[in-house]
Amino acid sequence: MVSAPVISVRDLGLTFPGKKGAEPIDVLRSINLEITTGEFVCIVGPSGCGKTTFLNIVTGFLRQSTGEVLVQGAPVKGPDPRRIFVFQENGVFPWLTVEQNIAFGIARCPSKEQREIVRRYVRMVGLTGFEKAYPRELSGGMRQRVEIARALAPDPEIIYMDEPFGALDFITRLKMRADLTRIWEKEKKTILFVTHDIEESVQLADRVVVLSPRPGSVRKQVKIDLPRPRDLDSPEYLELRDEIFHTIGMSLRVGAGEEMSAIFP
Amino acid sequence: MKKGILLPLAVLLAVCFLWDRAVLLSRSDIFPTPYQVLLGIVELIQHGLLLKYVVASLFRVSVGFVLAVLIGVPVGLLLGWFKPAFLALNPLIQLLRPISPIAWIPIAILWFKVDDRAPIFLIFLSSLFPITVATIAAVQNIQPVYVRAAQNFGVTRVDLFRRVIFPACLPQIITSLRISLGIAWLVVVAAEMIAVNSGLGYLIIDARNAGKRYDLVVAGMLMIGLIGLILDLLVRSLERFEQVRWGYSQRG
Repeated sequence: MVSAPVISVRDLGLTFPGKKGAEPIDVLRSINLEITTGEFVCIVGPSGCGKTTFLNIVTGFLRQSTGEVLVQGAPVKGPDPRRIFVFQENGVFPWLTVEQNIAFGIARCPSKEQREIVRRYVRMVGLTGFEKAYPRELSGGMRQRVEIARALAPDPEIIYMDEPFGALDFITRLKMRADLTRIWEKEKKTILFVTHDIEESVQLADRVVVLSPRPGSVRKQVKIDLPRPRDLDSPEYLELRDEIFHTIGMSLRVGAGEEMSAIFP
Repeated sequence: MKKGILLPLAVLLAVCFLWDRAVLLSRSDIFPTPYQVLLGIVELIQHGLLLKYVVASLFRVSVGFVLAVLIGVPVGLLLGWFKPAFLALNPLIQLLRPISPIAWIPIAILWFKVDDRAPIFLIFLSSLFPITVATIAAVQNIQPVYVRAAQNFGVTRVDLFRRVIFPACLPQIITSLRISLGIAWLVVVAAEMIAVNSGLGYLIIDARNAGKRYDLVVAGMLMIGLIGLILDLLVRSLERFEQVRWGYSQRG
C-alpha cells in the first residue's frame, strides 16, 4: 500500500503544568506516526503512558503542546463527523432506542435513506430484533455493538476506538474482536484503536504501535502481516505477540510491579 | 398483591378505631370523631364547596407550578451549561433559595392584594428554586461522554441542548418536579389561609374561625393529604417512561 498518510503525527508532545510549584509533567514526548488510508493501527502501552491522551489529541478533544497532527492533510481543530470516536462504554444514549441511537449522526439524511442505513448496520453488528430496545435492556457487548453501528452510520473515513472492549467479559471480547475484523474488512475504514491488551492488538491490527511509559513516545512499531481471521495458535502470531510483550516487559522492569497487572489482567 | 392492600387497610381501620375511642374517652365536644369527619365531608360535597375549593387550590398550584417549570428548566439548563452565567447568578439564587415561600406572603399581598395571583406567585417561587437548582446540577453532572459523542457527530448547539443535554437531565428534572410539586402543595394551603377567600387552606382556617367546626377542619386536612398523594403518584408515573427509566436505580 503506497498511498499518502491519512493521519500524520509529527513530533507531538504534551506537557501538563505542574500543580503549585511542582514540576510540569511530560505526558507525551516527540511522537511521530503515519497512518495510511484503510489501515488498522493499534496503540498499546502500559497504563498511564498517555495512549488515551494521545488519541484525544488526534481526535481534537485535547490540544497538544508541541508538534502537529494532520488528518486528511489539515491540522486537527476539533471533533469532526468524518472521524467518529467509539468510547469505552456508555457512550450510547440511554434515552434513545437502538435504532434511534444508530440514526443519531445521520439526522440530516432523508428519513427513507436513514431507515435503510439503520437497517443495514443493525444487521451488520448483529442486533436484528433489538431495534426498539433501550440500552438498559441490552448486555454490555450489545451496547458496544450499538456504539459501533452508530459510529459507522454517518460513513466516516476514520474510526477512533478507545479500549472499546475493555469493560466486556473475556468471551464477549473475543467475539467482538472477530466481528470488528469482519466489519473492518467489509467497510474498509481507517481505524486507530487504543488498548492495553497486547493479545487484542495482535489479533486486530495491521500494525501495532508500542508506547513507552510516561512520557509516552513510540518505542516500537510491529507490522502484523498475518492473514485474517487470525490463527491464535500459529507460531507467527505467538512470535509477534511475544515480541511486543518483550518490548513492554523490558521497560517495565524499571517501573513498579503495579503496572504489570494492567498488562497481565 | 392482596397483602399489599389488606395490611395498610387494617392499620387505617385500627387508627380510626383508636382515634374514635380517644375522642370518646376525652369527652371532647370539639374534636371530631372519624364518623363526624365523614359527615363533614358529605356536608361539604352537598354544599358544592368541596369541589369548588379543590378546584381553586389545584388551579393555583397548576398555574404557579407550570410557570415555574417553564422558567426553571430552561434557566437551569442554560446556567448549568454556561459557566459565566452560573457564576454570576448562583450567589443570588443561593441567597433567595432558603427564604421560605411563606415569608413572601406579605410581599405577595402587597403586590397582588387578596387575589388568585398572590398564591400563584408563592407557588411559583416555591417551585422555581428547587427546579432550577436541580436542573443546574443535572447539567453540571452530565456524563461527559454523551456530550463528546454528540459533538463528534457535529450537532449544532441548539441540537446539543435538544437532543442530548435535555434528555440526559430529564430523569433528575422529573425528580425535582416531584419534590417541588410536593412543596407547592404544602405552600398553597398556607397561602390560602392568608391571601385569598377560597381553597382548601381557606376552608380549614375559615371552618375554625367561623364556629370552631373542627369536623370540617379535619375533613379539609384529609382532602389535602389525599390530593397530595394523587399529585405525587401522577408525577411519579412520569418516571416510568422508557426515555427516563435509565436514570433511576433498577427496582425490578
